[in-house]
Amino acid sequence: MDAILQVVSLRKNFGGVVALDDLSFEVREGQIKSVIGPNGAGKTTLFNIISGLYPPTSGQVEFRAKDIARLAPHVVARRGISRTFQNLQVFANMSVLENVMVGRHCRTTVGLLRSAVKFPRVLREERLIKSTAMELLSFVGLEDSAHRGAATLPFGKQRLVEIARALATDPKLLLLDEPASGLNVRETEEVGRLIQKIRDMGKTVVVVEHDMSLVMGISEEVLVLDHGRRIAEGSPREVQKHPEVLRVYLGEDIEHAEGTKS
Amino acid sequence: MTKQNAIALAVLALVLLFIPRLFENPYHLGVLVWCGIYSLVCMGLSLFMGYCGQISLGHAGFCALGAYISGILTTKAGFAPFPALVVALIASLVVALAVGLPALRLRGHYLAMATLGFGVIVYVVGNANPFGLTGGPSGLTGIPGLSHEFSFFGLIRNEEERWYYFVWAIVLVLMVLLLNVVNSRIGRALKSIHGSDTAAKAMGVNTAKYKVEAFLLSAALASVAGSFYAHYVRFVNPEPFGLAFSIHLVTMVVIGGMTNLWGAIAGASVLTVLTEYFRVFKDYRLLFDGLILVVIMLAFPEGLFVGMAKKLTAAVRRTPVRAQAVAGASGKKA
Repeated sequence: MDAILQVVSLRKNFGGVVALDDLSFEVREGQIKSVIGPNGAGKTTLFNIISGLYPPTSGQVEFRAKDIARLAPHVVARRGISRTFQNLQVFANMSVLENVMVGRHCRTTVGLLRSAVKFPRVLREERLIKSTAMELLSFVGLEDSAHRGAATLPFGKQRLVEIARALATDPKLLLLDEPASGLNVRETEEVGRLIQKIRDMGKTVVVVEHDMSLVMGISEEVLVLDHGRRIAEGSPREVQKHPEVLRVYLGEDIEHAEGTKS
Repeated sequence: MTKQNAIALAVLALVLLFIPRLFENPYHLGVLVWCGIYSLVCMGLSLFMGYCGQISLGHAGFCALGAYISGILTTKAGFAPFPALVVALIASLVVALAVGLPALRLRGHYLAMATLGFGVIVYVVGNANPFGLTGGPSGLTGIPGLSHEFSFFGLIRNEEERWYYFVWAIVLVLMVLLLNVVNSRIGRALKSIHGSDTAAKAMGVNTAKYKVEAFLLSAALASVAGSFYAHYVRFVNPEPFGLAFSIHLVTMVVIGGMTNLWGAIAGASVLTVLTEYFRVFKDYRLLFDGLILVVIMLAFPEGLFVGMAKKLTAAVRRTPVRAQAVAGASGKKA
């Protein structure tokens, strides 16, 4: 299958700190790919660059064969990339339903002046936004909480709100930043099934995650980062045996533990 | 529009229609004209502050622009009030765009400082009497009043009533339009910026564009209110349009509850009435505004009305338990 996303020699410096160091990889259309690595490996920075929130220091991000690396985030969203956030970013001042309705923003057109007068076209679009948002809420299982304030929901459900909101932008590529963080085992399994359902809808999903059971359970490919570099890439099984991965995840800790003992 | 909003509008319209029959003294009606004029400014400011989550300490400047341009065009260029108002509105929009495009890149305190600077500039220009246009500190006199053609089907008996019905009719019409805006795709986009600027961008909201649009809209309303001011008072000088007035406007919006358009009307009216009837303490106005701002922000961040209502319902919810306990105790005695 074709690559939907190609990251080429991507580099990001924050002052003297190198967050991403000459990183290249690709994501094939319709796959679930996970990005793992220790804290500070550059995973979230990668997402922030792909979604347009940060410009890269150098390198390209090609989405469907076009470079999007320096586009504004709202343009990237319109092109078909959406995301969730590791540190939850639900709109606390809005209801669950309204949160998801915001996701429809980039697929709808009524402007400021026309929104002031409720012409039939405006009303029709508004109804459509609402029904799409409701469908997505039932897709993630939140239809009963539609009219609650988004901030009143428990942590796990706020993650689902973010997923529904991201889906509302009608993305081709969905970036999930630690979708299972803060969830219990059962909730994590549910999120895993949800991610697979999203892939089955024909969407490509890239997941940054620390929960290895989730990563190994759902990913077709895993990319392992350390200090902004790619240290391994392949199927979950390949990656688990990779010596570099073992070193990063286990070796350094053992060395470190021994070092403190002596 | 939601049912509650439609009912609220109808009730407000009915009440407003009959109020003049209650006040025989035109002075009281005049206070209500001010409530209407300030409501206009506050509705725009509420959209910018409460919905969009930005802050402006310079809206007195846009009021002054509206008032001065209307005043100058009608007294020195022979314009009729309405075309003058339109020119003032367009000019204010141009200025708002020039101020807003760079300033709205700033956040929080920095945006507040930038808008504050703009307000001060307008005030200083008004005082400076450039080309003999503004009349300096002594101001512009001889501005025409509201045309006598507004008779509202013979309902109107005097000048104050004419202004009263005119201003409040416009407030109500704009309220309908703005309620539509806040309950639309655009309103949600504005609220999303307030909720999380980052997430709003990632969801495809052009946050910079909507911040500027909200700023322009609020500047437009302030300018129109300023034009009304000029024709109502028939005199403009710089003194009322200083920094204190910008803070007064923010206080009104905060009292009413920023996140609700109805709060704009409520806050503007409450503070206008209070300021009017406590005129004796005029010199301490800024002190009271500051005090009110602090108290409301600490005790009722959702505004006086919503905040009080919540505290009341909470109190009511607590009482039945106590009532039952008392009833139980007395039952035992019997």
